[in-house]
This record gives sequence, C-alpha cells and structure tokens, in this order.
Amino acid sequence: MSDHNITLAEDAIERKTTTINLGPTHPATHGVFQNIMELDGERVVSSDQTVGYIHRAFEKLAERRPLYQITPITDRLNYCSSPINNMGWHLTCEKLLGVQTPKRVDYLRVIIMELARIADHLICNSIVGVDAGAFTGFLYVMQYRELIYEIYEEVCGSRLTTNIGRIGGFERNFTNTAFTKLEKFLKEYPVALGELESLLTRNRIFMERTIGGGPISAERALNYGFTGPNLRAAGVDYDVRVHSPYSSYQDFEFDIPVGKTGDNYDRFLVRNQEMWQSMRIIQQAYNKVQEFKGTDADVYHADVPEYYLPKKEDVYTKMEALIWHFKIIMGEVDMPKGEVYQSVEGGNGELGFYMISDGGRTPFRLHFRRPCFIYYQAYPELVKDSMLSDAILTMSSLNLIAGELDA
Amino acid sequence: MAISNEYIQQKLTEKFGDQVFNFEDTYGMLCFEAPKDLNLKVLQYLYDEPSLGFQFLTDLCGVNFPENPNRELAVVYHLHNLVENTRLRFKVFTPVATPDVFTATQLFSSANWMERETYDFFGVNFVGHPNLKRILNVDEMDYFPLRKEYPLEDQTRIDKDDEMFGRG
Repeated sequence: MSDHNITLAEDAIERKTTTINLGPTHPATHGVFQNIMELDGERVVSSDQTVGYIHRAFEKLAERRPLYQITPITDRLNYCSSPINNMGWHLTCEKLLGVQTPKRVDYLRVIIMELARIADHLICNSIVGVDAGAFTGFLYVMQYRELIYEIYEEVCGSRLTTNIGRIGGFERNFTNTAFTKLEKFLKEYPVALGELESLLTRNRIFMERTIGGGPISAERALNYGFTGPNLRAAGVDYDVRVHSPYSSYQDFEFDIPVGKTGDNYDRFLVRNQEMWQSMRIIQQAYNKVQEFKGTDADVYHADVPEYYLPKKEDVYTKMEALIWHFKIIMGEVDMPKGEVYQSVEGGNGELGFYMISDGGRTPFRLHFRRPCFIYYQAYPELVKDSMLSDAILTMSSLNLIAGELDA
Repeated sequence: MAISNEYIQQKLTEKFGDQVFNFEDTYGMLCFEAPKDLNLKVLQYLYDEPSLGFQFLTDLCGVNFPENPNRELAVVYHLHNLVENTRLRFKVFTPVATPDVFTATQLFSSANWMERETYDFFGVNFVGHPNLKRILNVDEMDYFPLRKEYPLEDQTRIDKDDEMFGRG
C-alpha cells in the first residue's frame, strides 16, 4: 500500500496511516460537514462522512405549516439557488391543487429559475477554481452574481433566501427596472463568462489538477442516484427540464451538455456549458415575455383565490377579499386529499417534493428529495486513492451545499 | 415512449398475482403496494424485467400512519425508468411493533443513506443494511422524531374557539 519503506514493529503504537478530520468547520469544505480521512502520506486510503450538523427538521416543521409558510423553508435547502426551490415548491402545490398557471407566469418563472441556476453554477465553478489555486476568477464573477441578486431583489425584495413567487404566480408584476437589470445582465454576463472560461478551461495548471480527479462511471453514478450536472458529466443526458417539463420548459430550445468521464474537469465543463444554455433560455423567455401586449402583459398570477392573497386595496374595501385574506394568512384553507411527487431540475440535480395531503390544512407528510444528500454518499468511492488536495477539489466540484444535505 | 401504467400493472399482476394491490393513478404516477416481505422481489423484478427496467431509485422515504393498525409505518420507493421516462411509486407497510423491512442497498447504492435517514426518523429497521445508524440526528437520540406521536404545536389553530369566527 505505502510507497515509503517504513517497517513498523508488530506491537508499535505508530501506524502507517494518519487519520485527519476535515471539518465540520474547515475553510476547504465550504459548508458544515465532516470528513474523517485516513491518509497514507498525502493519499486518501479511506474516508467516512458525518452529516447533519445543520439539520433543522424541515420535514417535521412542514407538517404544521400551511402551504405558503413552507416556501421560506425551501429557501434554506440549496441556498445558492433558492428561487429554484421556491418554484419547485409552488409547482408541487399547484399540482396538488390543480392550478393552471398562465404562460406569462411560466416564462417569468423560467427567467428566475435560470438566473438561479447561473448563480449556482457560477459559485460552484469559481470555487473549483479557488480550490485549484485560482482566486481571481471567483472574486471577478462575484459582481455578476450580484447582478442576479439585484434582479431577485427587484422582484421579491430579498437576495439570498428569496421566498420568491406565490402559489399561482408572483407576488407582484416585474417592474421595468427588473427588466432593465435583466437586459444589463444579458449584455454583460456572456463577456464575463467567456473571461472565466479563458482563465480556466484551457489553463494547463487547472487542467492537470482537475482531469482524472474524482471520476465516476455512468453505471455507478446512476446506481448512486446522481442527477443534474454530476450525472451529465458522467455521460447520461438526464435533465428534468426535458424529461418531465414543468413551467413550460417544452417551449424552449436548448441543449443538454454531457461529459464523458465524470471527473472534476467534466463537471466543470458541463456546468459552464449549462450556463451558456441558461443564457439561451433566458433570452428566449425574455423575448416571449415581451410578446405579451395590453392586458396580457399585466398577468402575473393565476386565479386561485383560496391560495393567492388578494390585493391590499380589495382587502380594505371588499368583504370577500377580506375573508380570503384572513383565511389564507391564518392557514384555514383545507387542501384536497392526495399524493403528489413533483421534481424540478435544481442547481445540482433533481430536487423532488413528495407531499401527502390527508385533506387537512397542512401537509400530512412532506419529503424533500435532496440531490446533495443522495450523491454525497459516493464521495468515499470518488476520492479513494486520490491526493488529499484533489479530494478537496472533488468536494467542491460536486457542489455540496450543507443546507440541502441536512434539510 | 413511456410505458403505460396499465402495462406495468398487468406485468406485475402476472408475476405476483394478488400480492400486489391497491393500484392507483396519482397525478399520472402509478402507485401500488406489496407485502413487506416481497419488497426486494418486487424491486428486483422491476429492475430486471427488460420491458420495465426501473433501474433508478429516485427517492426512498418513510411515512407514519398512526391510525392504521398493523400498517403504521410505510416505506415509499420512487422508481424511475430513465430510458422510457416513466416513474412509479411503490409502498410497503409494516407494523410499528416489528418495523423490519429488507434493505434495498444490494440493488441501489443510493438506498444506503436514504434508508439510514428513514431509520433515523421513523425507526424502520432495514434488515441487512451494512451500516444502519442515525445520520442526521445525534447518535444518542432514543426516539424517532418524525413519527406522529411527537406532535408540534399546531400553528393552524383548528383548536381555537370557532364560535368567535362565525363557524360555531
């Protein structure tokens, strides 16, 4: 096993291997989770993970909350792309309630979700750069994530944990400022993404650090339940947006980038390509949104009085609106009975919501399928026999988000 | 493209007879039940049978139904045939007194942590699991928190005085 010529006596206390704790709070893990690694020199012999440090019992909390109060919980799953989680949750509720959203709402949602995907991949890829020793890219692209956050802020008022949208649509229509900011982003971001790519993609140091690190075959990836960019990097073109289209994704033209070896470099490339595809989708969605004229251009929610809050001025002047307002806020609307599974393509894979309703006011059971949680168990297999520094790189290239891991 | 729910149901009934039951269509997804001793046989059949090929385990989770005598705990499998793009949901029920269910880790590596999570929250004992211990909660915990016997304070307030709100 060891390359070194160390001979230890039979009863020696010393061992050939060293055990280290990587985490729970370690700057290289980018999140709160622990890896206990057995090292032979710098080579990883075996590892074991401990998760659950920020477990907040979301599934239990959800059992006592009316639907609209669960949205802020979903923010805190994958907090790098909260809007996707929010939309996924709204879609789950809408599926259960049988709400049909207008096309304009779907397109606006697509814009927000793809922006969130870019923000998510942007962090992941630039962090892979940081862990390979290139800090510049990370600092440089932060200002473009800032542009995305400004758009969120314009739409919903918050930046990280967004609580964006409502069951049936959005809380308010997109302002002109939001669209101006979107245009600015659409114009400026491709340049920056090109620059990030030119910094890293064909960079000799970066390539040598990432190619061949943490590889996984398509068969193993599927068996381990990989989804999202990590699965696509292994060569399987599974994408929820294409396989089970939601929010009118079938109206858009885009490609699913796939890799081949499932190593860190392929994951990096797949994420980069996905950002370009997201830009395509956003541009198409924006064009489609602009085609709505007259009163159609003011549509930003479906007609679901039981779940969508009425306008404030109506609440003060109309009895019915007041009643609905009160019933919704107090969570007094009974849901239909049923069992529903809805998934969306999250930042790092298939984010699923499995909800059982017994006809009460809160879900009887709500389970989140968290892609991180499922693929993180493959980590020991991915990093076995690799160098410790490559194991860290693998961890960031898997895009592990502690909030999603622990739920 | 997709395999029709009727076809899946027909194949399963051919193979397992009335051991598989409670077929229903929930928002387009086929959902059915089997006795817990058969869970591996059903999963294996769904995996191996070429015309079905449910080889991707999307999700595995537990549910607690305290009202159902001898069927208090359920283990729910969401399976996916990625080639034909068809999903199905498969459930087994177990009494809470003897919560033993065979593990699916031999078939799906991904089941490992999901079963640990289910054990952690519901106390389902997955027989044959390589490392069945708590995953998200602390090891010292001596109860299974997601069971319904541990209620949370009800924020939706159906306990409040309805008369005050015109519904008495």
